[in-house]
Amino acid sequence: MNALLQYAVQGLAAGSFYALAALGLAIIFGVLGVVNFAHGAFYMLGAVTAAVLLDTLNLTLWWSLLVVPVLMFAFGVVVERLFVQWLLRLDALYNFLLTFGLTLVLVELVKQKYGVSGLPYKPPKALQGRVDLAGVVLPRYQLFVFLFSVAICVLVWLVMTQTRVGMIVRASTEKPELARALGINVGRWVTPVFGFGVAIAGLAGVLAAPFRAITADMGNNFAIILFAVVVIGGLGSIVGAVVAGFLVGLVEAFGQAYAPTFAQILIFVLMALVILVRPAGLFGRKEATA
Amino acid sequence: MNSKQIRAGAAAMTGVLLLGACGGGGPGGSGGDFTDGKLVLAILNDQSGIYKDASGPNSVKAVRMAVADYKEKYGDKAVVDDIEVTSTDHQNKPDIANTKAKELYERGGADVILDVPTSSAALAVANQAKSHKKLFLDVSAATTELTGGQCNKYTFQWAYNTYMLANGTGTTVTQNGDKKWHIIYPDYQFGQDMAKSFTEAIKGAGGTVQGTIPTPFPNDNFATFLTKAGSTNPDVIGTMQAGGDLINVVKQFNESGLKDKGINLAVGLMLITDIHSLGVDQFAGTMFTDAWYWNMDAESRGWADRFRDETGTRPTFEHAGNYSAALQYLEAVQEAGTDDADAVVGKLENKKINDVFLRNGEVRAKDHLVVHDAYLARVREPSEVKEPWDYEEIVTTIPAAKAFPPAEASACSM
Repeated sequence: MNALLQYAVQGLAAGSFYALAALGLAIIFGVLGVVNFAHGAFYMLGAVTAAVLLDTLNLTLWWSLLVVPVLMFAFGVVVERLFVQWLLRLDALYNFLLTFGLTLVLVELVKQKYGVSGLPYKPPKALQGRVDLAGVVLPRYQLFVFLFSVAICVLVWLVMTQTRVGMIVRASTEKPELARALGINVGRWVTPVFGFGVAIAGLAGVLAAPFRAITADMGNNFAIILFAVVVIGGLGSIVGAVVAGFLVGLVEAFGQAYAPTFAQILIFVLMALVILVRPAGLFGRKEATA
Repeated sequence: MNSKQIRAGAAAMTGVLLLGACGGGGPGGSGGDFTDGKLVLAILNDQSGIYKDASGPNSVKAVRMAVADYKEKYGDKAVVDDIEVTSTDHQNKPDIANTKAKELYERGGADVILDVPTSSAALAVANQAKSHKKLFLDVSAATTELTGGQCNKYTFQWAYNTYMLANGTGTTVTQNGDKKWHIIYPDYQFGQDMAKSFTEAIKGAGGTVQGTIPTPFPNDNFATFLTKAGSTNPDVIGTMQAGGDLINVVKQFNESGLKDKGINLAVGLMLITDIHSLGVDQFAGTMFTDAWYWNMDAESRGWADRFRDETGTRPTFEHAGNYSAALQYLEAVQEAGTDDADAVVGKLENKKINDVFLRNGEVRAKDHLVVHDAYLARVREPSEVKEPWDYEEIVTTIPAAKAFPPAEASACSM
């Protein structure tokens, strides 16, 4: 019983991290209709930037959590203005291929500059050690990741549902023609939303730095899992991405405990099952099934 | 956004999932016809991927150092003047390694192929060496198959194998008192070989393996694997992961607190570049088996200083191994007076070698395994590190005869 609880807690901790990382992917798809393959590369850049900031300027994790998303937002804006915007009117596959190419370029550039073995990173002292919750042991850092990720997810959800900006963004996503007819400049929100999605990927990268290998390739495998999360949750659905993130974290944890060889495959089995039963994903809009 | 866009998006997402991670980069080629009096040393390795730092472009420089040393030593008496060094990227893929090896032997005029990390790729190259009757001196691949069931007359294994790693670490750690093991290993050829070799070594030394956990490869999240392994209360968890996966395991092991419960971590294959990348504090105290260490004595250090002048970094054992393999190949050519593969093989077999890399080395004729002294190393505490890359302390030298499996045990017949 205790073991089950332990795995569940670990699954939720991993899941919160998946939820946060997938959030950026879901928002960009929801608003721009762009399948951002470069999400994994942006995640990697976030982690690498945090490692470089620690090494050169001695900026700790706390500072990186503030600074890196801002830098990544700016980078996202540049990418959107320079490249993405020109392909928006075309089939979604064009931007998919663009971001795919961008991934290869970014990964190779980081390899050239920092090699392939990875960069060191030390978490702050305050986040080392463990917490014992009635027999369930969780690294203090993982508890922090969980709380931080949940807080960001809730914040994004509040902004999207409770504020005027959120309403405009949602209207632009769901009924762009109607939103335009009501005098909303839909195009104006495209750039900041893309930047925001990239910033979230970078933020996830910073969070990953203390407990994952910081290498040019770190985003490759991770991005694949995130795409599964987004497909399970429903393309473009923010709530869906969060719920699916937790679901995938749990499936992975129990997979690792009881069917180790299949721990990753199970995630994709789950995806296949969801698509079979609900082609639009758990929280996808119905029109996607048409 | 309309439903067409969503469908296209869904199609693209599915494409992503099918595609998986992808490789990139074109190979560097080599040209030129084979002419008498010209010797071509071809390095075939990972020039862009996860093993780039461990061997990669710097192994090419190490081989060039060997060529320079050969020329300096023999001067006018050298049997060959024109020595070409080429490098080709195999991207760690056996199919690419296979094609490139064929090209190198047939059209690149390669007299010998060197290095070739990734066991499956090395086995493919060994096959090409056999059918072309040309030499292949493998340095960076660990499978015992190269000099076991799939051995051949033209293939040599120069630096290490899974037996050396498992025997050194598994036996010594068990004898030192950590008798109960739990092993986690990546579920592919290398990981399976390692898990098997470790299990044999541990049992041979009077220990027990309480469980083995195969893990996906590549993999980022090891939290529950580690919890599961720790739940059997072993003395030590043995990890057979390599590269980025190893770093994930070590970071998450340190985070998990298993150390506080008295559970140690033993690492199957570790390179000094791994320690450098993660930081010495994260690995401090970890025991592992090394084939060579740049700062283990004055001779190694002298060579490592030259290497640093060439590359700006310190060498891994794979860099030194490539230097040694190239140098001894050239010595054998010098002795034979020809680049004829059979003649060179004849000169290499049974040769006793002491050079920068090989100590008490011998090229075993039966299976072409190069046996030599190996080293049980401990990662230093941060306070003990006196200069960059000074990360290891050699705890014990494992004599050549014990470091590698006995010739009688070899499944090789040529």
